[in-house]
Amino acid sequence: MKKWGSTGANLSSLAFLLLLIIVWELTGRAMHIPEYIVPAPSSILKVLLNNMPLLWLHTKTTFYAASMGLVIAVIFAIVLSAFMDKVKIIKKTIYPLLVISQTIPIIALAPIMIIWFGFGILPKVLVVVLVCFFPLAVNLIDGLENVDQELVELLQVMKAGPWRIFKSVQMPSVLPYFFSGLKIAATYSVMGAVIAEWLGASAGLGIYMTRAMHSFSTSSFFAAILIVVVLSMGLFKLIELLAWLFMPWNRVKEE
Amino acid sequence: MHNPKLVIKEVSSSYVHHGRELPVLNAVSLHVEQGEFVSLLGPSGSGKSTLLKIIAGLLRPALGTVILNGKELNGRTVKMGYMPQKDLLLPWKSLLYNAALPLLVQGTGKKEAYGRVRKLLPVFGLEGFENCYPSQLSGGMRQRAALLRTVLIDSEVILLDEPFGALDALTRERLQEWLLQIWEQFKRSVLFITHSIDEAIYLSDRIYMISERPGKIVLEQVISLPRPRARDIVTSPLFTEYKQILMKSLANESI
Ligand SMILES: Nc1ncnc2c1ncn2[C@@H]1O[C@H](COP(=O)(O)OP(=O)(O)O)[C@@H](O)[C@H]1O
Ligand SMILES: [Mg+2]
Repeated sequence: MKKWGSTGANLSSLAFLLLLIIVWELTGRAMHIPEYIVPAPSSILKVLLNNMPLLWLHTKTTFYAASMGLVIAVIFAIVLSAFMDKVKIIKKTIYPLLVISQTIPIIALAPIMIIWFGFGILPKVLVVVLVCFFPLAVNLIDGLENVDQELVELLQVMKAGPWRIFKSVQMPSVLPYFFSGLKIAATYSVMGAVIAEWLGASAGLGIYMTRAMHSFSTSSFFAAILIVVVLSMGLFKLIELLAWLFMPWNRVKEE
Repeated sequence: MHNPKLVIKEVSSSYVHHGRELPVLNAVSLHVEQGEFVSLLGPSGSGKSTLLKIIAGLLRPALGTVILNGKELNGRTVKMGYMPQKDLLLPWKSLLYNAALPLLVQGTGKKEAYGRVRKLLPVFGLEGFENCYPSQLSGGMRQRAALLRTVLIDSEVILLDEPFGALDALTRERLQEWLLQIWEQFKRSVLFITHSIDEAIYLSDRIYMISERPGKIVLEQVISLPRPRARDIVTSPLFTEYKQILMKSLANESI
């Protein structure tokens, strides 16, 4: 039976990571590397503990923008891919545009969003939606394309209604595609929010990072990076858990 | 007096393959009487599966008509006990759910549907596997599960596309006997596809022989072996006589 999380970090990679951190700490001390160039792990930890309330505030802002953007992207992607699957002409028209839109760098998109919508949460959410939408939509469209038509036909000969066919054929066969899109989108979502904040915001990890940068507080900067990593990994793991819960038939495959 | 359940009239069909037309069925006519067991016997590639799809309403014939209970179908799907050649089980559902699907589709409660399936499991040699996913079953088991699902479809006509093709000889014989038993009980009209001469004679009231592609009916043979048929009927002189007739016709066809 395949256990949930068996594809994620295992014991050996954790041990290796720990080793790297120890080496990092020791070489930093032995070679007297200044804090503002490469801060030691211990001083990053110190920043985390000392600035807990402030960091928590910024983290909440970033997480809020990231998760809201992700949810909105999911809804849009489901609606659009369903339309594209139903009406082929829509797909033919929009799909190439979707691909082209992905070549626009977010770093250029974020300032425009800020010019249009100010420094509040809205432009961040929009940037997150834009980066998350694509992997979700592409995976959903692929999934819908790969639904076994013969299964659909079989249900039709049994005189099953469209809802039954959707529930027992289309939805379960799209789920794996959906979850792999969602995993990518989730990691993008935190990154998208941070980049948007970086270019202008009143709160969030991105703005915290720029402030840390300007005051040469490299350890604070690293602390923020650490939080971003933990946040993204957390979301990723959460989605793996959801996939495990929603697709019990996938657990029996690797016996 | 003459009351055919299912009539196929002059059905021709072709596929378009690499821009070329590939004729598959050539003016095929046949009929199945109320409660009659009819086999369609022929080499592979002769269009047998195509004909069944046409009857099930999944394909439209280029020419000809399908008449059920005196009414032309014109490509409509009506509820039929159709078992396609591929087992086509839902990969994400247990054997129990898969087999119960026709009952669930027609609105039977889960409890009752599962109860009916459970009663039939021993007959199909599927006892103890009801909670397995199709990926955990052998090919033969999947085929038996698909057959079980088909007999639970509440329809007067049953279309079986080589239902015993992937089974070992022993299971095959057991299921042939079982099929005859339930057929004699319920007297549903059966159109049975096979490429085994013995199987066709043992089961049928009448056999149609179809030629190689483009398939046309080359022989119609009434089988007047007494019923109920015990297994040892296959050694009777009459059985052997039918076998010779059919083998000769098949040999003429392939040369
Ligand atoms: N979807 C399809 N497109 C093109 N050719 C097909 C298709 N399905 C079947 N054929 C061809 O039609 C012929 C008859 O197929 P089929 O009805 O499956 O025969 P049988 O069931 O008697 O083996 C075969 O030569 C097969 O290659
Ligand atoms: Mg076939």
